[in-house]
Amino acid sequence: MRSLLNIMSLRAKRSNLLARWDCFVAVLLAMTMLASCAPVDLNAPMPVFDTRIDPDTWAQIPAGEFHFGQHEDVETTDAYEIMITDVTTAQYADFLNAALADGYVQLDGEQLVGFYPGDEFRGVKHEEKIEAGDWIFIPLNDPSQRVKFNGTSFTVQPGYENHPMTMVSWFGAWGYCGYYDWRLPTELEWEKAGRGADERPFPWGDEIARENANFYSSRDPFEDMSSFGSRTSPVGFYNGQKYGDYQTLASASPYGLYDMAGNVWQWTGDVYDGMHYRFMRGGSKDTYDMDLRLWVRNNATPTYYSPGVGFRCAR
Amino acid sequence: MQFIKTRFNYLFNSTKGLILVAIAMVAVVTAVFGMLSGPMAEMGVREVVIKALGMDIVQAEREGRIIILYHSIAMAIVAIEVYMINGLLKIKPFFKTAVNAIITVGYLTTMIFGMGFAYFGHNWAFHGLYIFGLSLIFFAGVLLCIALWPWNKEYHVTDKDYAHTKSGLDLERTAFFATAVTTVISALFGAVPGSFFGNGFEVFLAENIIRLPEKTTMEYSVIGHLHIMLALICIMITLIIGRWLNFKGGWHKAAMPLMILGTIVLNLGVWGVVTPLEPIAHMIIYVGATPSMLAALFLLIWSWGKLIREGTANIARPTFGQKLRALLRDPLRFGPTWQMLFMNFTTSGIGIFMAVRLDEIFRVWPAREERIELTGHWHVLSAIVATIILFYYGDMIGLKGRVRQWYGWLIIVLSDIAFASVTAFEMKRLFITEAEQQPLVNGLMYAIDFGLGMLLVLLAVVMVWRLIDLFKNKGRWTEEQTHELAQEVNQ
Repeated sequence: MRSLLNIMSLRAKRSNLLARWDCFVAVLLAMTMLASCAPVDLNAPMPVFDTRIDPDTWAQIPAGEFHFGQHEDVETTDAYEIMITDVTTAQYADFLNAALADGYVQLDGEQLVGFYPGDEFRGVKHEEKIEAGDWIFIPLNDPSQRVKFNGTSFTVQPGYENHPMTMVSWFGAWGYCGYYDWRLPTELEWEKAGRGADERPFPWGDEIARENANFYSSRDPFEDMSSFGSRTSPVGFYNGQKYGDYQTLASASPYGLYDMAGNVWQWTGDVYDGMHYRFMRGGSKDTYDMDLRLWVRNNATPTYYSPGVGFRCAR
Repeated sequence: MQFIKTRFNYLFNSTKGLILVAIAMVAVVTAVFGMLSGPMAEMGVREVVIKALGMDIVQAEREGRIIILYHSIAMAIVAIEVYMINGLLKIKPFFKTAVNAIITVGYLTTMIFGMGFAYFGHNWAFHGLYIFGLSLIFFAGVLLCIALWPWNKEYHVTDKDYAHTKSGLDLERTAFFATAVTTVISALFGAVPGSFFGNGFEVFLAENIIRLPEKTTMEYSVIGHLHIMLALICIMITLIIGRWLNFKGGWHKAAMPLMILGTIVLNLGVWGVVTPLEPIAHMIIYVGATPSMLAALFLLIWSWGKLIREGTANIARPTFGQKLRALLRDPLRFGPTWQMLFMNFTTSGIGIFMAVRLDEIFRVWPAREERIELTGHWHVLSAIVATIILFYYGDMIGLKGRVRQWYGWLIIVLSDIAFASVTAFEMKRLFITEAEQQPLVNGLMYAIDFGLGMLLVLLAVVMVWRLIDLFKNKGRWTEEQTHELAQEVNQ
């Protein structure tokens, strides 16, 4: 009888323990879910660094063959020039002030629009019409927009001046380059500028380290994965300089371009037959290192904008 | 020597031993190679694993590595299904021995040398052996088709409880046969482009070309191959679970013709993507998928009804609560069909929702977002198949009482937490912006890692227990050596 009571008491203790463990797991899961709903401070303080890279500089890319794509197809381009950094928010704000003054862009409610002459529509499955007309360049009141409009002029949120211009649609990127008689680089041009003459997967070589580029969870000074996540870094940040305690690796491409891997996806200029999607290259602060390989493509509708998409121009 | 011989004989000459080896191999590969991506890479575990195991991997070859990894795991799962078929159905001893032996050598060769080639330097002899392993599995598949031949009168049935034709053709066996034959044919849809693309010299992942309006025939073939192979693995596990639970009666008679029809039409649709039928291939696939899913639903209705009837047999007028308790009292027999139902929320439902709102919602997002949905939903589907195998495995190794309850319910709860979180992660752009997503992403990642991590811990506990058991002279393995799955089918 006593042993039976002992067994029963042991069982009761065990089930008590199990019930407690159940409760512990349930509470843990509930707390995790509650933490998931925490609001994000999109204006959290941003460290300010001078990268000493001039975004008005252009790189000369010679005519000739290079290895294109994952399978190293040999392709050719003519000679061209391409910006060594992404277009910055400061550059874009200057453009908007000039473009608004001469009617190149207009306000349309909560967004800024500009004229695009349209694409030929072929009626291919999933293709959507891009007709001539005004299309969104940038949204104005989105909390992630770092270019601010006070009703008369555009300014940049302090601290973001030398960061890449984001929250800009393909039309907005196309419009910026076109305003200065430049253009968006084609995919061929973009990849050649990032890769040089050999078969490297990254602008600086064969492998990637956290100090090479701004990518998801790369532990750079701008990210906090417990709250707002990854943020853009100033253009040309990964140039071998030390910023406080943070030592970067020199990560320019063979032609001297910065941020050709990570930081922000970059719109390219090709308009392909039978589809309205526009292609982006380079990976971003929000993608894993595999997406930073030079041949990796992303695409979206030309009206798409995001805190992780920017551009640079070619001429 | 005798010690090793008897254990070897159990592990490689009995159905349960073979299944144990394959599950252990999948568990090891999943645990080790799962540490190379996602949160494990973020936490720096990836670098530690690479150094500790002496891996030699370069960024440029990621796609090729992943394809070999998928195939290595998938071949072990296919082998487990084949062992189960051989253990459950009437198969002539010669075929049973031959198929089991060939597929075992095949998947082990595929896995060991494939992974050796992909992750530990490029020894081309290893690549050759990897291809040889896949070829052996193909050959085992052909032999299995011959072994299953349902028109052989030995396999005819007369029992009115089971679906059969007037002449006695066993429709369940025919469904197994149809699935096996179409699996073998569908394997070619991967093998041919694999050879065309130079044994992987020009690899690509299907999710990366999904939006290109024009794809080559070989690209379509690869896309069709990966979809249909996973679908066929799902159909086969549904048939296996039906046989284990002794699916019979009216629902069985309705389900089996649907299963045969669905399998054939589904395959015709997928094969159609490399023909001029490509524009309507999706429609044929939907037409084929519907009867297959209906057949699975019939299995669910029948099995839940059976569980409730058995659990309330001693109660004159069972209440709803009593019926519910009866349904849930055995998680190992409830689990497989529950997971099939749950699949509708994580895979089929998502797929249908995406198809219906593709241009309005999903194709407005960048391709990389669409890729998350695509890869997410087929990872979940694969993992659901794995959990269903684990339910059956728990039953076949004789788990009883509290251990059975804990094992079964932990699989259900942990996997469903993970799968639901993956689904929320895939769909997050519907309810949160990119800029504000990080806390939600963190929460979902914790839930996914918790669910999958604990599931792997549970699996590790079972595997360690089985390993210890092997060192016992009269361990559980001695009983399993002689018991065949067909003897343990629920009556």
